[in-house]
Amino acid sequence: MSEATEHLDHAHSHHHPSGIKRWLYTTNHKDIGTLYLWFAFIMFLTGGAMAMVIRAELFQPGLQIVEPNFFNQMTTVHGLIMVFGAVMPAFTGLANWLVPMMIGAPDMALPRMNNWSFWILPFAFLILLSSLFLEGGGPAFGWTFYAPLSTQYSADSTALFVFSVHIMGASSIMGAINVIVTIFNMRAPGMTWMKLPLFVWTWLITAFLLIAVMPVLAGAVTMVLTDKFFGTSFFNAAGGGDPVMFQHIFWFFGHPEVYIMILPAFGIISQIVPTFSRKKLFGYASMVYATASIALLSFIVWAHHMFTTGMPLVGEMFFMFATMLISVPTGVKVFNWVATMWRGSLSFEVPMLFAIAFIVLFTIGGLSGLMLAITPVDFQYHDTYFVVAHFHYVLVTGAVFSIMAAVYYWLPKWTGHMFDVTLAKWHFWCSLISVNVLFFPMHFVGLAGMPRRIPDYALQFADFNKWISIGGFAFGLSQLIFLAVLIKACRKQGVPVDDRVWEGAEGLEWQELPSPAPYHSFETPPVIK
Amino acid sequence: MSSPVYEKYYVPAQSPWPFVGAVALFLIAVGAGNLVIELDKGSDGHGGKILTLGLITLLFMLIGWFHNQINESMQGMHSAQLGRSYRQGMAWFIFSEVMFFAAFFGALFYARVFAVPWLGGDSNNAMTNEVLWPGFTAMWPLETTPGGTQTEAMGWFGLPMANTIVLLISSVTCHFAHVALEQGNRARLKLMMALTILLGVSFLVLQGEEYIHAYEEMGLTLQSGVYGNTFFLLTGFHGLHVTLGTTILIILFLRILKGHFSPANHFAFQAGSWYWHFVDVVWVMLFFFVYIL
Ligand code: HEM
Ligand SMILES: [Cu+2]
Repeated sequence: MSEATEHLDHAHSHHHPSGIKRWLYTTNHKDIGTLYLWFAFIMFLTGGAMAMVIRAELFQPGLQIVEPNFFNQMTTVHGLIMVFGAVMPAFTGLANWLVPMMIGAPDMALPRMNNWSFWILPFAFLILLSSLFLEGGGPAFGWTFYAPLSTQYSADSTALFVFSVHIMGASSIMGAINVIVTIFNMRAPGMTWMKLPLFVWTWLITAFLLIAVMPVLAGAVTMVLTDKFFGTSFFNAAGGGDPVMFQHIFWFFGHPEVYIMILPAFGIISQIVPTFSRKKLFGYASMVYATASIALLSFIVWAHHMFTTGMPLVGEMFFMFATMLISVPTGVKVFNWVATMWRGSLSFEVPMLFAIAFIVLFTIGGLSGLMLAITPVDFQYHDTYFVVAHFHYVLVTGAVFSIMAAVYYWLPKWTGHMFDVTLAKWHFWCSLISVNVLFFPMHFVGLAGMPRRIPDYALQFADFNKWISIGGFAFGLSQLIFLAVLIKACRKQGVPVDDRVWEGAEGLEWQELPSPAPYHSFETPPVIK
Repeated sequence: MSSPVYEKYYVPAQSPWPFVGAVALFLIAVGAGNLVIELDKGSDGHGGKILTLGLITLLFMLIGWFHNQINESMQGMHSAQLGRSYRQGMAWFIFSEVMFFAAFFGALFYARVFAVPWLGGDSNNAMTNEVLWPGFTAMWPLETTPGGTQTEAMGWFGLPMANTIVLLISSVTCHFAHVALEQGNRARLKLMMALTILLGVSFLVLQGEEYIHAYEEMGLTLQSGVYGNTFFLLTGFHGLHVTLGTTILIILFLRILKGHFSPANHFAFQAGSWYWHFVDVVWVMLFFFVYIL
């Protein structure tokens, strides 16, 4: 047999590649998953450092630490990094690690493309970050890069921003194709659709959303590029275009994008809650249908980000009602998790703590979303800190908490050792308290009219902002505890765990694979009961 | 756990090519970004060189990767399952391409149905028109922009019509080539492939001529307002896809001459032909929405 291939049923001759080539040339879903997760974590800390700059400037009214233009670059790049560099790659990393194990496959369907899609990312973010040091500065138009900010009033580095978004988009699309093909084609015999673990289901639907909307983002940045550098006027009324059209195209991508960042989280929570409630998930099928309907509805609500742009009245009404409709399947999910815990024999291990925090705090974010969905009310709240509070509740205490829950849940399976539970609990409680000090008061300053993305503010907001900043610094520092837990876990300093790790855990990865999971998950298809 | 009846799982070994590919995209992005800035400012720098280096690296990577892949496939290492993965992967890739075009079609519809009429005072925008763009009347194709740029609209008869026919026929010949391959009729396969390629190339030549005509005689350029913008970006991106499609067809043709592909094993051929049909369908949409309507 040529060395170009390994047929896994003769796989006693596995060679474990080592050294730097192991990581650069790898085709192994676990190695690639690990790369994605560490990359996401590094980006999380980088984007976090920028948030610290923002909060330091906003600690007091007045301009003290940074120039307004630099402040704008910080908010912009913070957003871009957290969305495209931290949350999305972390979910892709989890998908890489878990999907093959959960469906009884040896690896992802297209392992080489998998590696390509990972390695594009560090380069893409290198470009984005280095553009901060160019003449005129980096992108300063917000992560949403609205025209004409990005077309007429932006720095030269916009060209680099555009191309870095292009390649990170290519990376996401390839990653999504890989996930979708793996799920369609690599399921072990007997792993029928309605037996798929919910994490797999939610990722399947996420992958579909990614393939559908990342190309639209590519189109949007391309039009920004040509408007800025090649004299087109897509977003310029003098040439018959319209800056509002930018917002339509962007949010056609942007709203499904926010669901891309939350559906896998729903999947994770739906795995964790039953384990620590020692019950089956209350309604499996309703979860699947709710996920699918959220995904479909997410294509027809985009203009709830644009209520104040002067759309025709029918548009405002349509997008208001469609948006409210989405809360129905979202409510189904929350109901499901709560009903799963109801009368379960609960225990509160670290993953469960994060999962419960997720359920409560994500729901707060969902409710503020519902407030924002009411058009006339949004006229008041739009572009204030209320919106910032909303999306940080759904993204930080939602998406990010779910990622942390997932890491704590599966880490022992990955390393074969228990993490440092005491430290992890410190991480949880510090994060939980600080994150609320950080984001909850934003609701109040927002309702009172404090605008977002401005480095200075009126005096009456000073007290709240001081608390927000203190919460921010504390939340930032708490993540260093997480770093410590992860480093200790990777050095395998904890007690060895058994295969099942958590007593109530169900699923192939717990019941059919040893801990730590072998380099190639399943060499022959497992038997699905 | 014994399950003797199932196929072997296939996992490809390590490969340097994906990483080389990532480096290539990095160079392309840095190079293109700098080149655009340099062109804009009329300054000189290394953008063009970096871009070229990136493209060469990409080419190198593609050759290396495909070479590897073809060898493995010819040695019969690929399982039927892998073949299915490839086909599904290609189908989703084409779907993503469809969505890329959808963004530009969306821009076209929005400009035409909303932006331009509103600038002309439609809906509740009478004052927009009167105060901001007095004297502007909405029309499509937008021959006079609110800012006053003049241009001429591209008709659908003549070159575009000819091009439509060329591409439609090429889709048919491409399909015949596939049928011939499945029936093991190599001579016919070669003929049909050659024809398809020829038609693809003639499409590109005609398209080039149309562009020259637009720029030199009609004053229709990329800068002529949103009509010119959507016209050139849609037809331009389509043209790029035809170029890529033709290149794929040429590579397939060379492989056919070398005796590759069998009635049972021809994923690459199928992917190439799907791609070609996709490019064709996009053109039909273009012809309809950009030229005729
Ligand atoms: C119950 C479900 C939800 C509803 C009804 C909802 C509604 C809204 C509305 C109306 C806005 C626009 C506010 C404005 O700009 O004035 C908004 C903004 C936002 N939402 Fe949600 N949302 C929901 C869930 C989510 C989820 C799950 C996420 C992400 C995980 C999310 C992320 C965001 C983000 C990032 C923004 C702000 C974008 C920006 O302007 O920078 N939302 N939401
Ligand atoms: Cu939205």
